[in-house]
Amino acid sequence: MIPVLLILIPLVTGLISFFLKQSAAAKNWALLSSVITLAVAVTGIFFLPANQLAFDAPWLPNLGSRFTLMTDGMGKMLCLLTAVSFPLIFAATYRNDYSNAPGFYGLMLLSQAGLLGVFLAADALLFYFFWELALIPVYFLCSIWGGNKRIAVTFKFFIYTFIGSLLMLVGIIYLYFQSPDHSFALQSFYHITLEAKQENLIFWLFFLAFAIKMPIFPFHTWQPDAYEQSPTATTMVMSGIMVKMGIFAVVRWLIPVFPNASVHYGNLVIILSVTGMLYASLIAIRQDDIKRLIAYSSIAHIGLMCAALFTLNKTGWEGVMIQMFNHGVNVIGLWVVADVIEQKTGTRKFSELGGLAQKAPVLAILFVVMALANIALPLTNAFIGEFLMFNGLFHFNVWIAAIAGISVILAAIYTLNMVQKVLYGKTAVATENAVEIKGNVQLVLVILAIVVMVLGIYPQPMIDLTKDTVHAILVK
Amino acid sequence: MNAIIFSALLGVVLMFSGILVKNKSAYTYIAAVGLLLLLVVNLLNTYGIWSIQVNTHAMLRFDKFGMYFNSIAISATLIYVLLSGKEIEKAGANVSDYYALLFFVLCGVTILSSFNGLLMLFLGIEILSIPLYILTGSDKRNLKSTEASLKYFLMGAFSTGIMLMGIALIYGATGIFSLGGTSMAPSSGLLRPSFLEVAGLILLFVSMCFKVSAAPFHFWTPDVYDGAPAVFTSFMATIVKAAGFIAFVRLFDMHTQILGPTWHILLAFVIVATLLIGNITAVFQQSVKRMLAYSSIAQAGFMLFALYSINDLAKEGLLLYSVAYSLATIGIFAVLIKMSDYTFDGFNGLAKTQPVLALATTVCLLSLAGIPLTAGFFAKYYMLASMVKAGGPTWLVMVAVLFAAVSVYYYFRVIQAMYFKEGDAETAPVTSLFKTVLLLLAALIILLGVFPSIVLNWFYF
Repeated sequence: MIPVLLILIPLVTGLISFFLKQSAAAKNWALLSSVITLAVAVTGIFFLPANQLAFDAPWLPNLGSRFTLMTDGMGKMLCLLTAVSFPLIFAATYRNDYSNAPGFYGLMLLSQAGLLGVFLAADALLFYFFWELALIPVYFLCSIWGGNKRIAVTFKFFIYTFIGSLLMLVGIIYLYFQSPDHSFALQSFYHITLEAKQENLIFWLFFLAFAIKMPIFPFHTWQPDAYEQSPTATTMVMSGIMVKMGIFAVVRWLIPVFPNASVHYGNLVIILSVTGMLYASLIAIRQDDIKRLIAYSSIAHIGLMCAALFTLNKTGWEGVMIQMFNHGVNVIGLWVVADVIEQKTGTRKFSELGGLAQKAPVLAILFVVMALANIALPLTNAFIGEFLMFNGLFHFNVWIAAIAGISVILAAIYTLNMVQKVLYGKTAVATENAVEIKGNVQLVLVILAIVVMVLGIYPQPMIDLTKDTVHAILVK
Repeated sequence: MNAIIFSALLGVVLMFSGILVKNKSAYTYIAAVGLLLLLVVNLLNTYGIWSIQVNTHAMLRFDKFGMYFNSIAISATLIYVLLSGKEIEKAGANVSDYYALLFFVLCGVTILSSFNGLLMLFLGIEILSIPLYILTGSDKRNLKSTEASLKYFLMGAFSTGIMLMGIALIYGATGIFSLGGTSMAPSSGLLRPSFLEVAGLILLFVSMCFKVSAAPFHFWTPDVYDGAPAVFTSFMATIVKAAGFIAFVRLFDMHTQILGPTWHILLAFVIVATLLIGNITAVFQQSVKRMLAYSSIAQAGFMLFALYSINDLAKEGLLLYSVAYSLATIGIFAVLIKMSDYTFDGFNGLAKTQPVLALATTVCLLSLAGIPLTAGFFAKYYMLASMVKAGGPTWLVMVAVLFAAVSVYYYFRVIQAMYFKEGDAETAPVTSLFKTVLLLLAALIILLGVFPSIVLNWFYF
């Protein structure tokens, strides 16, 4: 029952939220809901036997689709990430005021239900449903509460991802008719054997959907604009959790279903990913806006994860697993910082900022911790993940590993440049009246910083949690 | 047989009620009660409890598929009358006549869902069409309405002529009017169909394409839909169109093998043309009403998939598509009629002034766009799945999917206007009954989007 609860709690509370009248009530309601979800997730994942973590019920008997939910190590970890992120996001943006707040929080909770559903579904049609359920609330969130260019930007994002989803739907239909027992179940998809030509075609139908979501170069063009224009709380959901849907889907729905095509096109995908890493890193260096810089940096990090996945190498995969969690934590931390800075100074441009460290030393320290984690310095959580992924790439091809390695140097350049320009130097006009962070925001950033440190020193629990997935899929 | 007889009788009743009853809104109640009665007698017939037996000499065949579609068409009309009854009353002076004509259209629909011979097909099409010509021109003082009516009549008469020509040729070749009785039947000893028969079938195909507004025979659609009073456009674009498709599938169910591979090439051409013209032209429209006219062409492209694949999935899917498409379009039109401005900008800020209307319209639009959790998703899903099952060409599936993505563009423009743009959309006053029915409609669309089996399980009774 635990997986059903994980989906139902945000779904029902989200729907109730639309009927609330006051914005303060909606805020607290959302926070309460997300804390309950977190409690259920933690109980389910760490304290209950495995048989509590699966669910199966008939759904569409005519079509051969069942309401099947399951959790493997990777699913557990991503559910945990989703469950942990939402309370932190709500707490960090507690002070932001939204017009029609009940609608805002209702949509946020609905997208949480969609995300959790994606990570739990073990039936292709159900997976598709949740995949879209996660997208549509985000579309409304960005279009209603976003920046000036929000309508056009969000529309681009929606059309992009919707084309991807439709292609995936066609792929799912083809696989359904090929599956041995005409069902959408994950396990029967794993037992499909396709002719090479067909496998290659359907591989691309699925991969395009996932590549757009991640996003992988050259399908990334929606991403920086969408991140920049969305309200920060939504950006956190998109970059912290939603992009993991792409990585997750490749692990669960792509590589095991199309093993031969994944090897066949592995090189191409890795080259695309590495190109994207360098390309995004170079663009990040030229940015003057904190949000856009984080967006491009995120493309680079996701590119590395995708490349490491297609090496089909155990070390690389372990790196991807823990990095999925760590990247979520780190990028949410960076967005919190970006949001705070914008709130305090009214601008996100480096050229208008400077000397913030003197005005807000605690913020500066926490910002530096997050920035260092973004560069993947040792003792931060990202280090171990990136190390393992580069290790995997190195075993696959030394040259590709070497080229991808450049992006680490570039990451240091753009991140430290940002830190320097925002925190140090002459106090700019905008930072003149900035004050120290307090309360919720401080608490959230401290929690994130602690997670960064703890997982940086002792990442073994994460590796243990996800090793069954790595083993099960790579052995197959 | 029940539905045919009762719909004709009810039409007559409403026609004469104009003499006895003078209160306009009374007609709406009579019509609603009449539709309910019609639904009940049709259901009684479907489940074999009570039916009127008439010897039709095998010219009509009452199967589950047809009677099931009757229920769908009658229910959709009922929802339509409940939502737009007030507007029908305002459409012109002779309200009772409009309702009578609606019932005659339904009579045509029920014949089209059960015809077993070409003569009955012709009768059904004519009974269906002639009331529509009148309804299109019901706003007599409006030049556009009159023009649309004349245009529709001329084009319709022309296509009927083509259809008759086709029927005559087929009769000449086979000697019978009934379906499936072709010269390829073993008794006739011929292995190849005669030229006359192929030519006749192609003429029939063309005239049916005209009726369901498939490209390149769609040119009448935007003008007629735009010119007719919006309340009747809503009826024409949904129930009538779905009936056209049911007739189309019934007609070609047994005849596809006569045309051989040519059939699929011909149909693929029509599907691609319909999707292309419908979707691309809809993108450039400024008026929501005209956009919906082109969207109905685009949706027809998807429904034609059922004709290409003709299998069990296609038939189930076509029923589901009829439900999903009719419900959503009726809902949008019901809101559109209330708007004082039919352009996209007219919807600006509707979410603030009329949140309930905006919400229901959004659900309907999402359904038309085929977004999961709405009925429209499963409708499209069935069409795609039937095509894949029939081994249809992959490129055709991909083309359809890409055009489905294009359709998101124009459907979402309305959502953008309602929710994301500033403005104060003006609407005519709306009653709480209207809002309730609209919300129920939206709830039904979502319910069907989560459990489409509700509709489809009936089918297996």
